[in-house]
Parts: sequence; structure tokens; C-alpha cells
Amino acid sequence: MEIIETLINGLSLGGTYAMIALGYTMVYGIAKMLNFAHGDIIMVGGYTLFVTLSTMGMPILGLALAVVVCVVLGVTVEKVAYKPLRGASPLAVLITAIGVSYLLQSLAQIIFSSAPRMVYVGGQDGLGFVTIGSLKIQKHILITLVCSVVIMVVLSLFVKYTKIGRAMIAVSEDKGAAQLMGINVNMIITITFAIGSALAAFAGFFMLMKSPSLTNTLGAMPGIKAFTAAVIGGIGSLPGAMLGGLFIGLIETIAQVVPGMGAYTVAIEFLVLIIVLLVRPTGILGKKRREKV
Amino acid sequence: MALLEVKDLEVYYGVINALKGISFEVNEGEIVTLIGANGAGKTTTMQSVIGLIPARHGSVIYDGHDITKMPCHKIVHLGMSQVPEGRRIFQELTVYENLMMGAYSQGKKTNFKEDIEKIYDRFPRLKERRNQIAGTLSGGEQQMLAMGRALMSHPKLLMLDEPSMGLSPLLVDQVFEIIKDINKDGTTILLVEQNAGKSLAISDRAYVLETGSIVLSGTGKELAASEMVKKAYLGG
Ligand SMILES: Nc1ncnc2c1ncn2[C@@H]1O[C@H](COP(=O)(O)OP(=O)(O)OP(=O)(O)O)[C@@H](O)[C@H]1O
Ligand SMILES: [Mg+2]
Repeated sequence: MEIIETLINGLSLGGTYAMIALGYTMVYGIAKMLNFAHGDIIMVGGYTLFVTLSTMGMPILGLALAVVVCVVLGVTVEKVAYKPLRGASPLAVLITAIGVSYLLQSLAQIIFSSAPRMVYVGGQDGLGFVTIGSLKIQKHILITLVCSVVIMVVLSLFVKYTKIGRAMIAVSEDKGAAQLMGINVNMIITITFAIGSALAAFAGFFMLMKSPSLTNTLGAMPGIKAFTAAVIGGIGSLPGAMLGGLFIGLIETIAQVVPGMGAYTVAIEFLVLIIVLLVRPTGILGKKRREKV
Repeated sequence: MALLEVKDLEVYYGVINALKGISFEVNEGEIVTLIGANGAGKTTTMQSVIGLIPARHGSVIYDGHDITKMPCHKIVHLGMSQVPEGRRIFQELTVYENLMMGAYSQGKKTNFKEDIEKIYDRFPRLKERRNQIAGTLSGGEQQMLAMGRALMSHPKLLMLDEPSMGLSPLLVDQVFEIIKDINKDGTTILLVEQNAGKSLAISDRAYVLETGSIVLSGTGKELAASEMVKKAYLGG
């Protein structure tokens, strides 16, 4: 039973990582850049949730507002900081993204101080447990798991079956050819940032359900782990990000219950990354990109 | 009035002056060809006209619109379409999905099912392969797909950049037949080719491009008979 609980916990944590990894991978696939500030969008979503909860209560409203604030922020950052650099060297874009990351963290520190804020999504005592037969699972674990699976399914269907989704595939494959189809590439990039930021808001909500302490670096470590997940899965690939996220979540959770391994969780995750990249440099589901002249 | 009127078009890649102020026009219903050697600036011309590469100087008027500074996707919505050099079909999508992408600019006003049947009539091979991933098609099939995809947007002006490149002689003949057919059905054609013989034979008019400048123009027949063209492009 404990094994099944551990697996469910791992998949649930993996769902959170998958939410973040999807944001990295979509932006990479479509705008061809590493949005280093993606993790900090999670943090801004977290503070939105905090403010909503402490003024009005209502976690669902908090989540909704977090989604709105994150989408507006993500799209604005793209417009103001990244769009002017289209065509600039990847290094310039990366440095800018790092700058945005520190800017967001510093602003949060100025506004909310560096003392941790407590965000109790389910009240002080948490959301409680669900017992299924002899399984006893925390409610927030199940909520996270179910929500993230639903989101992944919806996103996959969206990309496969809607006009905008197909346009996203076209842009990620060949921007010029996509424009020749009449696709407004800038609009598709904006939509991509919006979707990635909305997913980040969900990730923040899931994280704070799990552990209520909120600081301005909330998104930093999960961001790096989710980025690792995206690379393991094959950066640019949506199923890859999902798979990589679940994988990292499982590894982390399993390492924490194996006696003596808990302290090495992060090391193990990066070890897996290195091994995967040695065996498959493009990640598990990544495609080898033909270089375009 | 010309459907497409290009005036003094200048294009730079950094400091490289790829087009040195070229002017040409394409009238409604015509087949017009640009011929030129490797690196003459043919692809640059095609991409600049459709808004993929910005012009430094000059103007492009299409169907009464000044499209010189218009982004590509808007120009496509005006009824201009291009089969780009190297085909550039979407490798990861199926044949059917590629044709769907071709219809991206079409609103509710066109009938997608009818349109795609027309494409399948013109290119029966595409119908057979409609659920195949496009990246696994043969070169000839990919060329057919690129043409079919470009036709899905009901272009008034269809531009084709070296459609015969890399195809077997039999397929080359087929491609030129199809281009003639498309033109007969009312689509104006701007063609770029290194295969000067075959393209001049189907062209109403043609221009010769050399290192970024137009050095000669005339009817297809005139150019085919010109000593200079014969020597440089017809191997005689
Ligand atoms: N992205 C680029 N950056 C720099 N120079 C370029 C670029 N693209 C083309 N050029 C240069 O511009 C000139 C014209 O190139 P273009 O591709 O238009 O020629 P082309 O006539 O289409 O040749 P081909 O028959 O080989 O396709 C060439 O000298 C080429 O080297
Ligand atoms: Mg060319």
C-alpha cells in the first residue's frame, strides 16, 4: 500500500512539474528561446493567491485571479522584454530573461518583504485525507493529480484539433512557411506565452496546497527541476514535457522515502538528466531538428 | 493595371546588397518567369515581395494595395501565395493537415471540403497519401503537396520558387503541365526557375536576373531566342 501511495504522490508532484515544464517547452518550441523567468511567474501567481486569500478568502477565486495576473504578466514580459530582441543572438535573449527573473524576484521582495507568507489554501489544517479502501491519500495530492491530468489532456487536444493549435505546430516547425500560410507568428507567440503563464499559475496553486510557505523564490527550484524535466522529455515536445515532469516527480518522491536517499534527491535528478542526454542527446521524445539554411 | 508591380526594389542582408533596385510587373492572367543563376537573387525577390524579407528601398504594389511594408501573413490574406524554395512542407503533419494549413487564411466563406477535393483531383497522389506524415513523402510528392497547400488559399497570384528542383525529368514535365493548368484556371503565376528552356516555353513574359539586377526582359519566345540567354541559360 505504501508503494501505491508513494507512486500517487510522485505522479501528483510530477503533474506540478509537468505544468511548469510545458511552459518551458512550448515557449522554446515556438519562440526558440529559454524563458528563464518562467519560474518567477509561478511566484507572482503565488502572491496573487496570497493576497486574494487574505482579503477575500475563496481559493478558487484566488486561482482564477492568479491565472489572469500570470497571463497578463507573461504576455507583457514577452512584448516588452523579448519581442524587441527577435532575431538577436540567443545569448542576449537569455541574459534578458535572467534579468527579468531577478527583476520579478526583487519587486516581490520590495512589496512583500523576504519573510515567508503563509498561504493556507485549505485552511490551517490543510485539506485532509481521502481513504480509498486501505489507501489513505491527502486530498491536495489527488486534486493536483486530477487537475494536471485534465489540463494535459485538454492541452493536447487543443494543439491537435484547433486551428490555433495547428498553427502553433506550424510555427514551431518553420516560422517562414507558417507565415506563408497567413499565420500571424507574433500572435501565436503571444498565445503561447499566455498558455504557459496560465499553467504556471496552476503550478503555483498546487505547490502552495502542498506546502503553504511562500517567498519570492518560490518558483526558482521547481523552475529548474521542471526545465530539467522538459530537457529529459525532449525540449520542444509537449508529450516529452509531460513525461519528463511525471518522471522527475516520481524520482523525487521515491528518493525521499528510500532511507538515506532523501538528501540526494536533486543530485539524483540531475544524474538522470545526464544519463538521458548521454544516451539520447535530444531527450526521450525530442526530434532531431534539421538545420535550416 | 498590373496585378503585381515591383519598383526599384533593394534588399540587403547586413551589408550584402542582394537586390540592387529591380523593377518588374506581372499582369493578371500571365505566367511570368524570373530566370537567373545561383545567387542571382531570385529567392530574395520572391521572399521580399511576399513580405518575408524587408525591402530597404522601393515599392511593391499588389492588386491596388501598397504591400511594401506589410507583414507576410497579411499579404497572404490579400490572395498571394507562394511555393517556397525547398518546398518547406510541415514534415510532422499529415498530408491532410498540411492542406488544412494552406487554408488557414480562408474564413468561413470558402468550402474546405470542396476545395480539398479539387486539390485531390489535381493531385491524385495526395489523396492516396492523405493520412501519411508529410516528411515521409517522396520529393515529387512533397512538391505536389507544396503546390496543393499553396492553392488551398485561392491565390490570385501564385509564386513558385524552383518547383522543378531535384525532380526526375518525367516529374519536371508534369510540374510544368500543372503550372500551365493552374494558370488556365485563372491564377496568375510568377515563376522562378533555373530550368530556363521549359519555363520560357510556358511563359508569357520573362526577366533575367544577374547578381541582383534585371539585365534583360521580354516575351518568353524573345528570351528563348536571345543569344545571351541561349549562351548563359540554355547551354547553347
Ligand atoms: N540569409 C542570408 N544572409 C546573407 N546573404 C544571403 C542570405 N540569403 C541569400 N543571401 C545572398 O544573397 C544573394 C541572393 O541569394 P538568393 O537566395 O536570392 O539567390 P537565388 O537566385 O535564389 O539562388 P539559387 O538559384 O541558388 O536559389 C546570394 O549572394 C546569397 O549568398
Ligand atoms: Mg533560390
